[in-house]
Amino acid sequence: MSESTAVHIRQCAKTFADGTRALAPVDLEIAGGETVVLLGPSGCGKTTLLRIIAGLETADAGGQVLFNAQDVTALPVEKRNVGMVFQSYALFPNMSVRENIAYGLRVRKHTRSQRAQRVAEMLSMMHINELADRAVSQLSGGQRQRVALARAIAVRPRVLLLDEPLTALDALLRERLRIEIDSLLRSLGITAIYVTHDQAEAMALADRIVVMSQGRIAQQGTPRDVYQNPQNPFVADFIGTVNRLRGTLTEHGVHAQGTLLPLGKGLTVSATKEVDLLFRPEDMRIVPAEEAQFIGTVSSAFYLGDRTRLLLAGIGDAPVMVEVSAREPIARGTEVGVSIDPQGLMMMPGTPS
Amino acid sequence: MSMQRRGWQFWAQLCFTLSVCAFLIVPVVLSALAGVTANFFIGLESGLTLRWIGEVWDLYAETMFLSLWIALACLGVTLLLGVPAAYVLAKQGGRFARLIEETLVLPIAVPGLAIALALILSYGEFRDFRASWGFILVGHVLYTLPFMVRAVLAVLASMDFNTLEEGAATLGAGFVYRLRTVVLPNARPGILAGSLMVVTLSIGEFNLTWMLHTPVTKTLPVGLADSYASMRLEVASAYTLVFFVMIVPLLLAMQWLSRSEKRLPRNHRPTLDTEHE
Amino acid sequence: MSHTPFLRLMPMLIPAGITFIAFFLLPMVKLAVVGATGDAGLAAYASILTTPRHWESLIATLILSISVTAVALMISTLAGLFLVRNLFPGREVLVAMLTFPLAFPGVVIGFLVILLGGRQGLVGEISQALTGDKVVFAYSMTGLFIGYLYFSIPRVILTIMAAAEKLDPALEEAARSLGASTWRVLVDVILPALKPGLIASGAICFATSMGAFGTAFTLATQIDVLPMTIYTEFTLNANIAGAATLSIVLGLVTWLALFVARSLSGATVAASG
Ligand SMILES: Nc1ncnc2c1ncn2[C@@H]1O[C@H](COP(=O)(O)OP(=O)(O)O)[C@@H](O)[C@H]1O
Ligand SMILES: [Mg+2]
Repeated sequence: MSESTAVHIRQCAKTFADGTRALAPVDLEIAGGETVVLLGPSGCGKTTLLRIIAGLETADAGGQVLFNAQDVTALPVEKRNVGMVFQSYALFPNMSVRENIAYGLRVRKHTRSQRAQRVAEMLSMMHINELADRAVSQLSGGQRQRVALARAIAVRPRVLLLDEPLTALDALLRERLRIEIDSLLRSLGITAIYVTHDQAEAMALADRIVVMSQGRIAQQGTPRDVYQNPQNPFVADFIGTVNRLRGTLTEHGVHAQGTLLPLGKGLTVSATKEVDLLFRPEDMRIVPAEEAQFIGTVSSAFYLGDRTRLLLAGIGDAPVMVEVSAREPIARGTEVGVSIDPQGLMMMPGTPS
Repeated sequence: MSMQRRGWQFWAQLCFTLSVCAFLIVPVVLSALAGVTANFFIGLESGLTLRWIGEVWDLYAETMFLSLWIALACLGVTLLLGVPAAYVLAKQGGRFARLIEETLVLPIAVPGLAIALALILSYGEFRDFRASWGFILVGHVLYTLPFMVRAVLAVLASMDFNTLEEGAATLGAGFVYRLRTVVLPNARPGILAGSLMVVTLSIGEFNLTWMLHTPVTKTLPVGLADSYASMRLEVASAYTLVFFVMIVPLLLAMQWLSRSEKRLPRNHRPTLDTEHE
Repeated sequence: MSHTPFLRLMPMLIPAGITFIAFFLLPMVKLAVVGATGDAGLAAYASILTTPRHWESLIATLILSISVTAVALMISTLAGLFLVRNLFPGREVLVAMLTFPLAFPGVVIGFLVILLGGRQGLVGEISQALTGDKVVFAYSMTGLFIGYLYFSIPRVILTIMAAAEKLDPALEEAARSLGASTWRVLVDVILPALKPGLIASGAICFATSMGAFGTAFTLATQIDVLPMTIYTEFTLNANIAGAATLSIVLGLVTWLALFVARSLSGATVAASG
């Protein structure tokens, strides 16, 4: 395979004919061979950005898309040599599995034997040899998605674009195909841009996650980075679960609900200010009442098998979620003390209540 | 879709579509104008007049009333016969129901002329029946019933009314109550579409009616054929204009109905329900 | 519930059933029998092949119907695809106008053709002004062709538009992302998706043209299409058996066209008009 293609997106905005502003001007650099996941809630503009990269949508004037050094902004999709996988699979119903996979090669006027060879390669790579001559209508969802992937990569595209390829599948199958896609992308070394609204999927697949919100990039970074150091409340909320307490930041630490929490390593504070304290359930421990920073009452307990998730009332305005080992049952109404690992404490500018 | 790129292809196709539209609309406009022009051969300079319309009214008012009357009677009969039949077919499903449906719609696969001949040969000797508007009604019912059955069947088939009815039954609703409160209200768009279709088709039916009519049972299209053969162009045009005025509201209502159905949530893409491998 | 015994539902089917049997099935049987009980007996059914007038009229009607179908499909596919795939001001009005003549009866369409191509028709006036020659086509096969085209186009456009609207736009995008040109997309994706609709509406168009009577009746009695031949046999020649056999043959041809189309396209197909 030829060397991989870097993608540069410069000031790409999109306003639809009906006036919908789907994308604010966005800049994004994607290195060759990188797997980038665009993550965000439905309607935040992920698909729009992906379609601009594909050439299915034109960015508003001023936007630019480059593949390596080549400006492809004016190039229509059929000339960009991208592979695209659609959420609805978009397999041609009038063609067999084999014909679907061979379609891009046929368009490119490959010889019959070249086509046969490449198709065979794709079929075995996707473990669908036995489906080659089936009609598309006879395939299950997972099989369809495999064919769609095979069709997209059969033409050796410069960039592989995937728009929520697993969303239509059930949880178990989604997990299995996700692992397959992951190893596929790594073995091909292809530049891939993957759209999803599922944070677990994003975490598992991405070299880099680009979190989007309302047509903008809210944060980008490695999955670890985005999870551990969210830079704004949106990202913190959207990725993983967070608890939120209002507090006041002073030189001594943070005062929240009558408790003084020490600050992490060497933070100095010049002025008092209102903050939101964010912390994840796994950064809290149940401790004896005398060591506890907060005392709450168990309002609900969800037994999850490997652990128990508790909702504690009486600490903040909203219930605080804690996860504990599932050994012994904890009854509703029990009072428990908790403390927060200072490493897991995140602070954001206070939001007015 | 291709809002941005409007090349020559767009304009070429637009011109083509506009010419097709002109082909369909220009004659209608011509006819409407001719119906209110004092002298068509001189042209519009001869002035506009309602004289021809008045003449049509004097000569042919009865055909209009008869057509309306038959259309309404036809609607009543097709509702009574077609809605229950569609319900049974939707409920029963399977091969047998398909077969019955196929048979019931035969009258639209067979040319009206043939049906009319068959009716005349079978019932022509019942003089009183043959001479009454009921004879024409029979033909219209045969021809329009399939449209009513189909329209209702389509709606019932698309809404899984079996589950709805089962739901109502678990709540204690009996057969007639279920029919009245669950099935019929939900089938209403289909019944409405079918009704509009039946009335429109009945008012315009000619193939059967020409053979079935007698001098005392002339419908509007029969009168039209008569005027095309024997009246001056302006009168024929004025009569056609009257026909348009009767039929256009029905057509508009049908278009409005089909458009308001389209506005309901539509599965544009294949359903994305989850499935196991 | 869903297992309501059929016998309990049956009574609701009875009124339609009786009407249908009494006024359609039995009369059609009678028609077929009458056809076979003329002077010629069963051989009357061969008369369509042995009587040149009948035979020629069958062939003429077939040629006319097939060409109307082909031309209507082409015109309507072009216009229908254009209307579905482009948004522009006035589009709704255009669609409404194109589908508006849907329920015009054949007689009225015949009259409209006369207004276009008759002795005082628009085309004649224009051609006379331009070239000095008056073009008159209404009272011939050409006039009939134009008339049948007139009532076929709205139906076919509606079917094409319905099929094209159901087309998943992602299919076309997938083809283009794989490098397909506009032409390839049309051939590989769009036309295959429209195929059932094309077959269905083509069959309706064909069957309706075969059996249409009003337009020919308005234009001229000497146009020899099958329905006109039947009408002449019945009323002028009082050849009841001949009219009956021709009617049965005509009915079989139209029913067969619709039946074949239905088996090919899987959709429900019915003639009308
Ligand atoms: N063709 C379109 N016309 C108008 N608005 C659109 C169109 N496509 C998408 N939008 C709007 O643009 C926004 C972003 O859409 P999209 O990129 O599809 O979001 P996502 O893929 O993140 O769910 C949404 O508000 C959506 O309604
Ligand atoms: Mg999306």
